[in-house]
Amino acid sequence: MTALGGYLLVAALVFAIGLGGALTRRNAILVLIGIELMLNAANLNLIAFWRYGPHPEALTGMMFAVFSIAVAAAEAAVGLGLVISIYRHTRTTDLDEMNRMKG
Amino acid sequence: MVSTLDQIFVLLKHWIVSLLPAVLQPVTGVVLSVVAIICVFPALFAISVLLERKGLGRMQNRIGPNRVGPLGILQPVADGIKSLTKEDIVPTNADAVVHFMAPVFLVVVVFMGYAVLPMGRNMTLVKMDAALLFYFAMGASTELAVFMAGWSSRNKYSLLGAMRAVAQMISYEVPLLLSSVSVVMITGSLSLDKIVEAQNRYTWGLPHWYIFTPWGCAAFVMFAIAATAETNRSPFDLPEGESELVAGYFTEYSGFKFAEFFLGEYVGMLSISGLGTTLFLGGWSAPLEVLGFVPSWIWFFSKVMLSICVMIWMRGTLPRLRQDQLMNFAWKFVLPFTLLILVDVVVWRFMGEGWLRWIVCSAILLIAYVGIGRSEMLRKKIGPRNYRYAE
Amino acid sequence: MTIVFWILSFLTVLGGLAAVTLRNTVHCALAVAVAFAGLALLYLQLDAQFAGFAQILIYIGAVAILVVFAILLTRGSDTPTDGIFSRTWFAGTAIAAAVFAVLGWAVIQSVHALPHETAAPAVTVNQIGNALLGRYVLPLEIVALLLTAALVGAVMVAMHEKGESK
Repeated sequence: MTALGGYLLVAALVFAIGLGGALTRRNAILVLIGIELMLNAANLNLIAFWRYGPHPEALTGMMFAVFSIAVAAAEAAVGLGLVISIYRHTRTTDLDEMNRMKG
Repeated sequence: MVSTLDQIFVLLKHWIVSLLPAVLQPVTGVVLSVVAIICVFPALFAISVLLERKGLGRMQNRIGPNRVGPLGILQPVADGIKSLTKEDIVPTNADAVVHFMAPVFLVVVVFMGYAVLPMGRNMTLVKMDAALLFYFAMGASTELAVFMAGWSSRNKYSLLGAMRAVAQMISYEVPLLLSSVSVVMITGSLSLDKIVEAQNRYTWGLPHWYIFTPWGCAAFVMFAIAATAETNRSPFDLPEGESELVAGYFTEYSGFKFAEFFLGEYVGMLSISGLGTTLFLGGWSAPLEVLGFVPSWIWFFSKVMLSICVMIWMRGTLPRLRQDQLMNFAWKFVLPFTLLILVDVVVWRFMGEGWLRWIVCSAILLIAYVGIGRSEMLRKKIGPRNYRYAE
Repeated sequence: MTIVFWILSFLTVLGGLAAVTLRNTVHCALAVAVAFAGLALLYLQLDAQFAGFAQILIYIGAVAILVVFAILLTRGSDTPTDGIFSRTWFAGTAIAAAVFAVLGWAVIQSVHALPHETAAPAVTVNQIGNALLGRYVLPLEIVALLLTAALVGAVMVAMHEKGESK
């Protein structure tokens, strides 16, 4: 088990935890937290491959991860705005309750 | 002789480290520097608390504390003993773990900021390439600590104070970063050591400090406003306003935890004054070339204490801003002006040396300041003040 | 596989697990902030200083605060009465476990074929700045547009509509 393999396993574990959280929790905000964990796990993968890969001076992995952080922050902002708007309309954030298309 | 006094702490550290076996040497060097920081800055905290109470007292036409030592010098000692021996009350309904962790997290994060400040020639704890980014990352983590403190108390007033404090800190974080970016643009590096080195030059005996340039002066003013708001100091201290919210987000804290919050606030003030000194006032460089014989660390700490005195002066003089006034000020004046300062820096850099760039850059900033200020005042229909005197 | 790597990985995974299993929503948000901090330290361990500090600044300094504000604005801090996991929790957990099994198997199978240069790259912020405005200028501008659009969009979505009863 090399160092790179260790980092990839940790990233896979965090990804699976995030996926489990996004699929099983009822509160919409916790689903967003799960999505953030998944994005972070992918970033860890990118940085690990950048560090142990053949061309670290090209900075590709690090740049990809930095842009991914920026995009994830934007997506969290919009997602949370949506959750707040839905809460204002239906007075709940419970995803099991929102099982009809009719508003 | 002169350079020995200047480097006396560095030489002392090297001597102590050389007494130990080679295996322990790197760790001991770092630990010694950390211990020095942990001893020096709380001592400065005690001095600034005393300075604040006496200074505010004099500004409010009264003498400050004068019972405890000669002229009240031992007052911080008395305050420390009181805080350590008071009963630590945790409300029954409060979230015990988060309630305990919040002040600890705050103090840890605030002390981490000192790792990158250059306190003298060769006296930076960690020389990092992205030092300024590290400092701002630590500053951003303070907001989470403030929120943890307010939420865990399960008290509506604490929560309200915490939300206000976090909203204020987030709003003023952007102008703080942007005014530092203007310095980074001219120096070409995020490393605080290089920024101080770039300011350590002299022309006709006067230093090249960034505050002496038009964009630097404007950026320093914006930085000072944003720094005062980040550390929740008056006139931006609505989150801890005694007359509105009891004590804001640290209402439910007593004893040592309250002392930790107090320590965190003042150490944060010292830290951000240190950053302002490094970025704009030349860090450890002397004001005039002839004064270069005075040790560099004396200059750094004098400038930091001068900034603290100015902050205390502002607290004693200006009235508190209301929450909506504060937010309006941040987003509608400070942020656009900071963006204009960035444009001004570009004009300065590409106009070539000479007197013309001074005039053009100053003109841009003055016209913008007057223009934005006037348009805001017209919008709010504020006219010149009229005084009414009692008959 | 140093001891620091094990400690940081343990911290991150523990933070992630706490974030998806705790009952109180604000505790979940604080646990995910711990996971973000663990990941930032892992990036620093991998010599990616810029990414590590940007992770702390953006995720802990902004995204965690945003999540916490959203929890407070939607009254999420009241613990729910009828369970925190949805009715289909078993399927969700099974899918997550299957995904981890597949990814883990792929990593372990290909350990010998993974690239493994151990020379630490010396990356200065100067190089990053040059790269951002040289090779990666198009992604930079597009991300700027995206962030502006996201800002305007989030404000529009979450704004009080005129005439709507509060």
